[in-house]
Amino acid sequence: MKLTEIIEQANGKVLNSSAFRDYEIIGGCGADLMSDVLTAVRPGAVLLTGLCNPQVVRTAEMADVRAIIFLRGKHPTPEMIDLATQKGIPLISSEAGMFELCGRLYKAGLQSLEGNWNGSYE
Amino acid sequence: MSDTIQELYGRKGRNLTDREAQEITRVEELSYELKIQDVMSREIKSLGPSDTMQNVFDLLRQNRISGAPVLEDNSLIGIISQEDLMRALAKGELSAPIREYMTTKVITVKSYEPVVKALEVFTRTRIGRLPVVDENEKLAGMITKGDITRGVLVAIRKDYHDEEIRRYRASHLFEDIISDRTSLILRYKIRPRDFTNGGQASSYIKRALLRLGASPQLARECGIAVYEAEMNLIIHATNGGVLRVQIEPHRILMQTSDDGPGIPDVKLALQPGWSTASEFARSMGFGAGMGLVNIQRCVNKMEIDSTPGKGTKLLMEIHLSPDEKFKAPPDAPEAPGV
Repeated sequence: MKLTEIIEQANGKVLNSSAFRDYEIIGGCGADLMSDVLTAVRPGAVLLTGLCNPQVVRTAEMADVRAIIFLRGKHPTPEMIDLATQKGIPLISSEAGMFELCGRLYKAGLQSLEGNWNGSYE
Repeated sequence: MSDTIQELYGRKGRNLTDREAQEITRVEELSYELKIQDVMSREIKSLGPSDTMQNVFDLLRQNRISGAPVLEDNSLIGIISQEDLMRALAKGELSAPIREYMTTKVITVKSYEPVVKALEVFTRTRIGRLPVVDENEKLAGMITKGDITRGVLVAIRKDYHDEEIRRYRASHLFEDIISDRTSLILRYKIRPRDFTNGGQASSYIKRALLRLGASPQLARECGIAVYEAEMNLIIHATNGGVLRVQIEPHRILMQTSDDGPGIPDVKLALQPGWSTASEFARSMGFGAGMGLVNIQRCVNKMEIDSTPGKGTKLLMEIHLSPDEKFKAPPDAPEAPGV
């Protein structure tokens, strides 16, 4: 699914660069705990999160997360936006809640990239 | 801003590849990094106020330009454009002096300003060609959108080659240096409670591994392991600690050491979900008691040596199978053709 379609579903706003709109996203995950993202999320996902701090961007970099959506109207700081731009990670802000947006995207055909929470990817 | 970049790149209406998307972001960065004087043309075709509109006609046609600055005693006093020329042509006044047709309210940009400033003026005014003045308001050059595109492309090509060359050089490290056992050691000092810069060392390590020719998957696993370890130092270690990575052709050894407080019960610390992290660490999305468990999943061997009151050593090791070894690209990149 193209990022631009995800942005529409989220009624979201791209915060760093609209050039990211054509990114291809292969799946999604939702988490507020960055350890959970590092544990189980497979590469190439859009991350839906209610957490809003620099470690979200760092986590995305380490775990090869392709894009981040900040939920519930949260807005990252300029430093976070800069860092994400450097790393080529689009940041999106959305008013939607976690449950609602996960549901909407799943229904629109975006698969889950959340692996097994006991540690393995399979 | 982004629209301007798209316009500049002429890519509207077609999908971007990932590489292109990355380059466009780089274009935006460059539009702030590059100064107008880096891309402007310094060869100025100017006219005087007493020259005629016929002179304008000849100058524009011969040089295929759309306008020229008007100078008097070396000062910029106006600008004369194709449109002014058309007005003169319509009236059949090609012998009139430029002074009668030129625009005196000249919009200029400064040579030391970033290129993005010129892009803003181009977009706002729809003017195609701007005079550039220096800090003394003296004409220093002219700038067009074409100059910007050219300047940006040259800079991107240089960037790209620089990274390729870095990657190439690094990936040959283990082949070019002959010893019985070659290893590369990276060391980072990690400050306690520094949540703002947390993850920076891990980011450098991941990039170093990619440059050395590691596969994305290997770089990711090492990245996640050292990131968890780095965050542990930030969250728990009294005085922070040291993160050390030893890279060898057959294995990657990652290690953190600190001088306290130490882990009272290592077995308990290894239990998924067990955590002693502060509320603040939790508010940063960490301290869920998954760090060590997660590291274990990414590495082949993990060892913790901890003494309460003395400190903790965490050792992580990844063995590389022959087909996982650092791979150098087959051919040397060409020197930047700039």
